[in-house]
Amino acid sequence: MNALRTQISTELKLNLRNGEQLLLTLGIPVLLLTFFSLVDVLPVPEQVDNSVDYLAPGILALAVLSSAFTGLAIATGFERQYGVLKRLGTTPLGRPRLLIAKTATVIAIELIQLLVLLPLALALGWSPSIHPLPLVGAVVLATIAFAGVALLLAGTLPGLVVLAAANAVYLVLLLFSDIIIPLDGIPGILATLSGLLPSTAFAQLVRASLAGGWGPTHAWVTLSIWALVSPALASKFFRWQ
Amino acid sequence: MKLGVAPAISVDSLVVDYGDTRAVKGISFHGFPGQVTALLGPNGAGKTTTIEALEGYIKPSSGSVTVFGLNPIRDHKALVARMGVMLQSGGVYPGIRPLEVLRLFASYYPNPLNPETLLERVGLAHRSKATWRTLSGGEKQRLSLALALIGQPDIVFLDEPGAGLDVEGRHLVHGLIRTLRSEGVTFVLGTHDLVEAETLADRVIIMNRGLVVADADIEVLLADHPADTQFSTNSTFETHELSRHLGHQVESLGGGNYLIAAPPDPVLIAALTAWLAANQISLGTLHGSRLGLEEIFLRLTKEET
Repeated sequence: MNALRTQISTELKLNLRNGEQLLLTLGIPVLLLTFFSLVDVLPVPEQVDNSVDYLAPGILALAVLSSAFTGLAIATGFERQYGVLKRLGTTPLGRPRLLIAKTATVIAIELIQLLVLLPLALALGWSPSIHPLPLVGAVVLATIAFAGVALLLAGTLPGLVVLAAANAVYLVLLLFSDIIIPLDGIPGILATLSGLLPSTAFAQLVRASLAGGWGPTHAWVTLSIWALVSPALASKFFRWQ
Repeated sequence: MKLGVAPAISVDSLVVDYGDTRAVKGISFHGFPGQVTALLGPNGAGKTTTIEALEGYIKPSSGSVTVFGLNPIRDHKALVARMGVMLQSGGVYPGIRPLEVLRLFASYYPNPLNPETLLERVGLAHRSKATWRTLSGGEKQRLSLALALIGQPDIVFLDEPGAGLDVEGRHLVHGLIRTLRSEGVTFVLGTHDLVEAETLADRVIIMNRGLVVADADIEVLLADHPADTQFSTNSTFETHELSRHLGHQVESLGGGNYLIAAPPDPVLIAALTAWLAANQISLGTLHGSRLGLEEIFLRLTKEET
């Protein structure tokens, strides 16, 4: 227990000391939320009066995606590059404790993101009707799913490939997951494929829970499958070097 | 194998293939508890592959390795609690501070050393607030060694421990290794640094092109490779005729200096002086010199090449 606790606190400290990570997990979401709420250039669904009402749930989903997927994949990829994983592999820490520590650290960072983004969105005029239970459930499932994919990538590919892949996937998910661009603005086949992504399911559930609802069943099913499969694959295929 | 002493590490007919390339070609050797076993060899000799097989990173293509009787892959959990590893470079979070990483690693083990005391012991107490990325090469090596020792391991694998260390750092690290060895800790040392190996090792395994070309206690190895004979003359000559005459290899060192790969015993000296007299060459100086590990290493790896 002591090892897990120390691993989590160390990982959290290192994350908060890393400027690039902070830019990704806090800087970009804050910038996107502020800019697109104030400058009316993004298409928003017709029934939405105020663009921040559409943007804020999407940006909260993006924040979770940034920390649980992109940030985690890049940081872990660099740990492979620097030989940190190799050295950890010769200690009694073990794969399960490392993976749990990394996921727990992501949840702690998400709480910090929430503490920054929520007041900012409210200050920009957002008026949510929060349903906490589905919101927390969706965040937990999405964190596990994204972290699983991140650790699968970082645990199997060379560091620099992880960096490139994580950024590319981040961009694709940002544009095609109903996060800042509505799905009805995306061509048919892409919209269908997008429905299978964990990010799309998560964005739909976040929007629904912030509007007082539970969201579509298929989104819960999709996200749950990702949350079951990706950590199992990461645990099986994660390599120390 | 030493009678009555169970080896700490055993390598039996180890073969490791990387695709079509055979990096290690069926080698066998042992290392004993409380000793420093040095694996020496030029680049590509297979020593890192062998060490990584012992650490459990690499699965043997055939043959087997054990550490304290444990299979490094199958019994990984039991083994990592007893071993420390010092990588050649890196292996630490760039943004972490020395004391933080020692405390982190201490948390992995049931009975670790005190991080503050260990940091002082490796001479880094004054750098406890610096981050890993700002440490010098030598400071990184010291911290890396400390990380290998924090869990009070029974066996420590060291990859080039002296690399990047200044004279003071080298003394400190070598002193620490000697102290721990005297307390019963086993060390496996992979190094290019033959002076370091000669200083620290009890047993030497010399590898070349995936094979073991020498495996002996260091005193035995040095005793088995007796002195060379060096002499100088007032004029130069082609060495092949003298080599044939003496039955030993003769090498020109330049400037009328020559080296015979044999000790200066009376038979050799008589044959040499007779040949020089017959060829009207005057002898200048003549002396014998004990072979160091470096000369033995070069000779053995050259023979294999």
